Amino acid sequence: MARRSGSPFTGIGAVFVKELADHFGSARMRVLEWLVLLTGVGAVYTAISDLKTTTASDPFVFLRLFTHARSPLPSFIAVLAFLVPLMAIGLGFDAINGEFNRRTMSRILAQPIYRDALLLGKFLAGLATLAAALVTLWLLVVGFGLVTLGVPPGGAEVARGLSFLVVALFYGGLWLAVALLCSVLFRSAATSALLALGLWLLASVLWPLIVQFIANAVYPPSAVTLLLGGGPSLGQIELQQALSRVSPSTLFDESVLALLHPATRALGPVFMSQLEGSVMGAPLPFTQSVLLIWPQATGLVAGTIIIFVVAYIAFQRQEVRA
Amino acid sequence: MSEVILSARGLSKRYGRINAVAGVDLELHRGEILGVLGPNGAGKTTTILMLLGLTEPTSGTIVVDGFDPIRAPLQVKRRIGYLPDSVGFYETLTARENLRYTARLAGLTRAQAEANITAALKRVGLDTVADRRVRTLSHGMRQRLGLAEVLMKGVELAVLDEPTSGLDPQASFDLLDIIRGLKADGVAVLLSSHLLDRVQAVCDRVALFHQGKIVLEGTVPDLARRVFGGVYIFELDFDGDVDAVSLFSALPGVRQAFATDGTTRVLADRDVRAELARAVVASGALLRRLVSVEPSLDAIYRQYFESRHGTA
Repeated sequence: MARRSGSPFTGIGAVFVKELADHFGSARMRVLEWLVLLTGVGAVYTAISDLKTTTASDPFVFLRLFTHARSPLPSFIAVLAFLVPLMAIGLGFDAINGEFNRRTMSRILAQPIYRDALLLGKFLAGLATLAAALVTLWLLVVGFGLVTLGVPPGGAEVARGLSFLVVALFYGGLWLAVALLCSVLFRSAATSALLALGLWLLASVLWPLIVQFIANAVYPPSAVTLLLGGGPSLGQIELQQALSRVSPSTLFDESVLALLHPATRALGPVFMSQLEGSVMGAPLPFTQSVLLIWPQATGLVAGTIIIFVVAYIAFQRQEVRA
Repeated sequence: MSEVILSARGLSKRYGRINAVAGVDLELHRGEILGVLGPNGAGKTTTILMLLGLTEPTSGTIVVDGFDPIRAPLQVKRRIGYLPDSVGFYETLTARENLRYTARLAGLTRAQAEANITAALKRVGLDTVADRRVRTLSHGMRQRLGLAEVLMKGVELAVLDEPTSGLDPQASFDLLDIIRGLKADGVAVLLSSHLLDRVQAVCDRVALFHQGKIVLEGTVPDLARRVFGGVYIFELDFDGDVDAVSLFSALPGVRQAFATDGTTRVLADRDVRAELARAVVASGALLRRLVSVEPSLDAIYRQYFESRHGTA
């Protein structure tokens, strides 16, 4: 089979610019942004009122802005973990089927571009929109912190904050890819949105429960541990953790935990013997924290790429006939 | 004959066990309008999509201006302008913005795009609504906007799928006028349609699709001769007390003559207008009208399928 001539990226710029303009102008995006902004500000505001008392003693006071929670309000990152996927799905669920439903698909594909350019352009535009929203929000939080706390963030804090931004962006990218895949597979935008949201609920809410159940069934607690009131066996914990890491929300939570809580030393079970000689509660250097979450972060990136590739293959095989 | 811009040989497409297109041969020359006709599901749109490289043929070859749509789709799509069946636009963008997006996709430079868009919109008569959102445009305006897109691209082959469907008579006449303009520019046009009489008015040649094959192809008079078995039809009006039927039936070459409501119709094997005129004048009657009647595409179409069903 001879190769096709011409670059698959012809026209990608045009698609990117158009989609970006659409996203920024769309009412949907505005609603999502306000939602994120209001909940984010609420969470940060309560955090700040609490943090003012510990500003002097806490070396990572800026990171606390992100992670501090006072019930009933969740912390800022909990809000983001919830809303970033929602935003990503909102941006992607009608990307491809929308073109079919508007009957613009055959007209666009009749232009001298490959389908690659259309799909990739839409994905990158969605990612750029997410990035813009996240960066804005991040700067707002940091700025808010600067004004109210009155101390500048340290270098390590900035590095950790920025890494958190990158991880959050890929977490959103993964859900954007899922939404894009749904929009390729289903002609109805409602079905696509529902499936993408369903998958998200499954991954973030139901999966942890299912995982617990499976691990319990595979490694049932022995009579001795039940009698002595001991915790779950090591096998059970490890299986549970391995399975739960299939869900991108676990990967995101773990990455954020290690990045924004510098004292986090391990994400799995730790034995007493391993803690010998360690200074409890001492923060890890930034690079060590990054090393700790490297598998989680690469997992998120890999997941994004794999799901995008599946969407890509499905789109390539699709009939253009509207 | 002028240069061949599009040629397809043995084109076929299978969807599972269904033969959507089964061995289609097509040829189109520069500045020619080819009408593709046929009932729904006859394989017209599938053929069009294969020509554009949007669907891969199961077998057969296509050459568009020297390029294969499967191997060099970008080259082919740069040369073809496509107006899909019931074309859609981005509703929230203006007409001009919609064209601007396609112009960018087509790889036109900004200055070139602006000039082409303005010219194209003017040509299809949409210059006054160029900056209105597409949402507010009527169906006819959208079809014309689709044609403007084809014009703007500066193509060598325009493929128009049902451009007049759903349009009122005036709107479709306007549209066909623009299509004639394309032909005058030396653009080859492939036009698929149900509206037979309108198509007849603009097409140089027609190809009749039936069950994935081209069953008839040629100019309209050509097809008429083939379907009606080489019959010429004439109509005469004259004043005078003459027994028209017996008078004309006796003439050489005339098959049949019959009179209805004062008009006489004559079926003949060849052009017998001169003989008919002479016979009328010789009989002492006053000849008012003598015309050769072209069978309409509609009649050809119906006759063709009726004779098929008769033999089947």
